[in-house]
Amino acid sequence: MDIMPKWVDIIVVPLISVFLAAFLSALLILAIGESPIAALNLMIEGTLFRSAGWGYMLYYTTNFIFTGLAVSVAFHAALFNIGGEGQAMIGGLGVALVCLFIPWPHWTLAIIGASVAAALFGMIWAGLPAYLQAKRGSHIVITTIMFNFIAAGVLNFFLVDVLKPKGSMDPASANFPATTHLPTFQDLASLFGFEKAFRSAPANVSFFIALLACVAVWYLIWRSPLGYEIRALGKSGPAARYAGVRPVKIIMIAMMISGALCGMMAINTTQGESERLILNFTEGAGFIGIAVALMGRSHPFGVLMAALLFGFLYQGGAELALWTKIPRELIVVIQALVILFTGALSLMVRAPLESFFMSLQKAKG
Amino acid sequence: MTENPAIELRKISKSFGPVQANKDITIRVMPGTIHGIIGENGAGKSTLMSILYGFYKADAGEIFVDGKKISIPDSQAAIAAGIGMVFQHFKLVENFSVLENIVLGAESGALLSPSLSKARTELAALASEYELNVDPDAIIEDIGVGMQQRVEILKALYRQAKILILDEPTGVLTPAEADQLFRILKRLREEGKTIILITHKLREIMDSTDTVSVMRQGEMTATLKTNDTSPEDLAELMVGRKVLLRVDKTPAKPTKPVLEIKNLSMVDDFGVQRLKNISLTVKAGEILGIAGVAGNGQSELLEVLGGYSAATGVVKLNGSEIDLSTSVSGDGQARRALGIAHVPEDRQREGLIMDFMAWENAVFGYHRDKSNQANRFFMDNNAIRKETEEKMKRFDVRPPNPKLTAKNFSGGNQQKIVLAREIERNPNLLLVGQPTRGVDIGAIEFIHQQIVALRDQGKAILLISVELDEILSLSDRMVVMFDGKIMGERQPANTNEKELGLLMAGVSEKAAQ
Repeated sequence: MDIMPKWVDIIVVPLISVFLAAFLSALLILAIGESPIAALNLMIEGTLFRSAGWGYMLYYTTNFIFTGLAVSVAFHAALFNIGGEGQAMIGGLGVALVCLFIPWPHWTLAIIGASVAAALFGMIWAGLPAYLQAKRGSHIVITTIMFNFIAAGVLNFFLVDVLKPKGSMDPASANFPATTHLPTFQDLASLFGFEKAFRSAPANVSFFIALLACVAVWYLIWRSPLGYEIRALGKSGPAARYAGVRPVKIIMIAMMISGALCGMMAINTTQGESERLILNFTEGAGFIGIAVALMGRSHPFGVLMAALLFGFLYQGGAELALWTKIPRELIVVIQALVILFTGALSLMVRAPLESFFMSLQKAKG
Repeated sequence: MTENPAIELRKISKSFGPVQANKDITIRVMPGTIHGIIGENGAGKSTLMSILYGFYKADAGEIFVDGKKISIPDSQAAIAAGIGMVFQHFKLVENFSVLENIVLGAESGALLSPSLSKARTELAALASEYELNVDPDAIIEDIGVGMQQRVEILKALYRQAKILILDEPTGVLTPAEADQLFRILKRLREEGKTIILITHKLREIMDSTDTVSVMRQGEMTATLKTNDTSPEDLAELMVGRKVLLRVDKTPAKPTKPVLEIKNLSMVDDFGVQRLKNISLTVKAGEILGIAGVAGNGQSELLEVLGGYSAATGVVKLNGSEIDLSTSVSGDGQARRALGIAHVPEDRQREGLIMDFMAWENAVFGYHRDKSNQANRFFMDNNAIRKETEEKMKRFDVRPPNPKLTAKNFSGGNQQKIVLAREIERNPNLLLVGQPTRGVDIGAIEFIHQQIVALRDQGKAILLISVELDEILSLSDRMVVMFDGKIMGERQPANTNEKELGLLMAGVSEKAAQ
């Protein structure tokens, strides 16, 4: 039997991990002569007590849901996709091409077209390393990280040499036409008469697509025969072979779904926020996705929760940088601590909890 | 009698979390005897030996060697106390010579050559003393399994072991090699060594031991003089109830051929030819057994028939040829669609996904079958769970909880989950590899009954096992495989172990007569 109740594994372990990370971060903030309590207050006030704070947080959360889900799907097949950055960049290129060169009558159609393009481009970008892994045995970790650099180069080339409007000095595409602009949360709130809510915050309707993606991934992984095969291959290669699961096919499919999800992040950043294609729009979200997937235990609901936490840290961190002397770098350190504790060190938390529950069981009988 | 026991355990207890692996084990082994320890898998034999060899620390209890109380915190201490261990899986460096392996870990000084030459002289002395001849300069990977085992024994003797523990030593040996091993053990006993033999094979206990201890569920249920007991009594002590040691079956009534194999050959990924022109037929209503020492192509034959290794030749199922390419029309799922069910040799590596729950495992390989789909897109998990629970009850899987992860079941119950999955699909042909490996006696009886019942329904069964007893008692016809070839066909009733042993060792049919 499992030693710990499920809820402890899913809820208590990550919570303790986050608490430990927060504690260490507090010590760090103390060490540079700031008050951790004031810092926490500022983070919470700046993020949760203002609708614009929520708007920023959910914007980041949207990115992290997409990349977190992407990494999770690959994890289920025991593949470590650290090429989320590159896949998102190429996805962004897809979004830009579709938004710039197809005359969309309305944003509802534009978002469908852009989503398909983003997914397709990300899929292709993940498909190449997947093919190399499945057919040639080139390790996916190495190839995907190299493909991040290639993707950055491709994006650079397109922005400098192809998509940059004549006369512009900025390596960015032209602005997308207004019919492709996605309604922000502010627009949505205005519909209900709350004109001041979410003011100038970038969160937009792609957040709901991210939520839909959570549901879709849940159905894929836990209900469909394809998800069953992905999990089977991830747990045991020899067993999958015995059952007639085709490893090449499953590796390709799992990675392409992963790449598609990463690519779709671009509808939030590129179509939703900047409304044009810019350099470095991914801002490391592809890597944060790894932490989100680890913390969320590769379960869509866990990914959603972890993405909210990291959205909070991102937005709260921006507030700290703005209002205190805490340097921006320290915020990165805090995020790193959360990643370290929730991902790499979760065993450190789990082991004592397990022995606690074991002694509890013994005491009972 | 005033003589001290060579080794004595008093009230040894050890638990892992809530599981009590050893409970108040008391055992006295007199010097110069062969003492057998028998018990089902999970009875606690290995834990007990691990405590003796310093891998685990007992929660309670005392160990005495030659009447002196000692503690064994690690294997170094065990060696110092004169305890030597021969593991089931040899711990040898494959590309080292015999001599280097024997010295490894017992080198004296910083330079190797003095140790080696010292070892060479000692090895020669040991070899003549115990008739344990091996070429000290042979490389381990070039010598046979029986020889490798001798090296393990020599390793222990070189370290001045007085007490030798052997854990399931005959699992990988041919009958002839096993006989040789027991001759060596008897010789060691004559020289005053004490031997503890751990096994689940009743026959070995009866043939070679002086005393025997039976373990069940972590407890020592009895210690007996071997001469005063019988296999039936021991089996009952092991399982806790009367068990049938012979398979109860009526003569087969074979009808039309179901599986016809002609000139099947297979070359593995490393370019080694594993199957060499195999031809055989399995008819409906019969069990064809394939005997042989592990590693002579039996596994590859199952892989080819199961659809996950490509081969050349002709294989027909009910008269129509099947694709041997492992492409979509010849992979595992295509085989299942044809009605070829497969209980693989290694259930933990292949037959089950150990991290999946029982219900997920209960459709493994059949997960794309219409019967398991709720609609075009999704699996019908609720129905599968319900059906699994019923299946588990029918096959007496304990506990019958479909939500339990496969790794939490015992070996026998895991095998029953695999067997239930494959048999309940009502296949035309059942491939079975090592159906009772690592399975307790109680479950063996049940598994054998299920296989015979399937045969009686008129199904064809191809049985592969390295347990000769199992092949002899279960199959209606049998062939022996050696080095990828079929050495000959026999009727289980009209053959004997000597003849089969020669075939298993690759001595051709003519020479065997």
